[in-house]
Amino acid sequence: MFRLDGKAALVTGASGGIGSAIARTLHAQGAAVGLSGTREEVLAALAAELGDRAHVLPANLSDPAAPDGLIAAAEAAMGGVHILVNNAGFTRDGLALRMKDEDWQAVLDVDLTAAFRLSRAALKGMLKRRAGRIIGISSIVGITGNPGQVNYAAAKAGLIGMSKALAAEVAARGVTVNCIAPGFIATPMTDALTEEQKSALSGRIPLGRLGTPEDIAAACLYLASDEAGWITGTVLHVNGGMAML
Amino acid sequence: MTDTAEITKQVKEIVVEHLGVEEAKVTETASFIDDLGADSLDTVELVMAFEEKFGIEIPDDAAEKITTVKDAIDYIQKQKSA
Repeated sequence: MFRLDGKAALVTGASGGIGSAIARTLHAQGAAVGLSGTREEVLAALAAELGDRAHVLPANLSDPAAPDGLIAAAEAAMGGVHILVNNAGFTRDGLALRMKDEDWQAVLDVDLTAAFRLSRAALKGMLKRRAGRIIGISSIVGITGNPGQVNYAAAKAGLIGMSKALAAEVAARGVTVNCIAPGFIATPMTDALTEEQKSALSGRIPLGRLGTPEDIAAACLYLASDEAGWITGTVLHVNGGMAML
Repeated sequence: MTDTAEITKQVKEIVVEHLGVEEAKVTETASFIDDLGADSLDTVELVMAFEEKFGIEIPDDAAEKITTVKDAIDYIQKQKSA
């Protein structure tokens, strides 16, 4: 079950905690992986760790031309993109009242618009093959909102709407489009919290702990697999029960 | 390359390959949707395939009017001879 032998997966934001866990998991299941991100040395280290079937594909997704170039590079390196994981994203938090237009736009550009452009470019090959998986890494805040994150919440909610519309457009071709909405995940950012802060956070999570990047990677593997072939246009909430949706 | 017979041949090849229909069904008057079983996504993909094959750009308003094999041939021929 859940083997990905012979498949090629492109993971954006692969230099980050969740992205690298996704890449490791898909690779462990037999997929070739394209590792994209802006920090080339981090990607190179991950590729070296994975060994065969790992390709470093640096890209700065705030550049409008980058998505088409990245898909072309991934197709050239791996012979196609069967699985696209739109994981790249960043935050630029601030209360709405004080948020600058450029902070709004920068987050929308990468977290939402680049995901659309990548999907559009990857779809051409997927439609021809009559198979494909597009997985967007959204966020719980795209559903529940979060103060200080109007831009990020809008982008992550937008990713869900886009995925549903796209799912409807391409379902007849065997291409599925889904999202994962992670809750609080332990990352270098949460490592900086005090024990007290961490336990306060865990107290809000019925399953009693922060999530791990591997929790998200496992969900991603499932949606990427042949076994998930009858699931499209959905959002898989992976949040320890923090929001039961 | 740009003569009508060659364009016709190539258009038909693309349609046969893309829609998976028998060559005999791909007559010049055949409608992609009504006669050849294409859906709206197929027609978009066909237009993109024509663009790629013939090195032309087919804007959306022109693409909408390409509903039969002959429409495609005529449009491509006009573009290539322009």
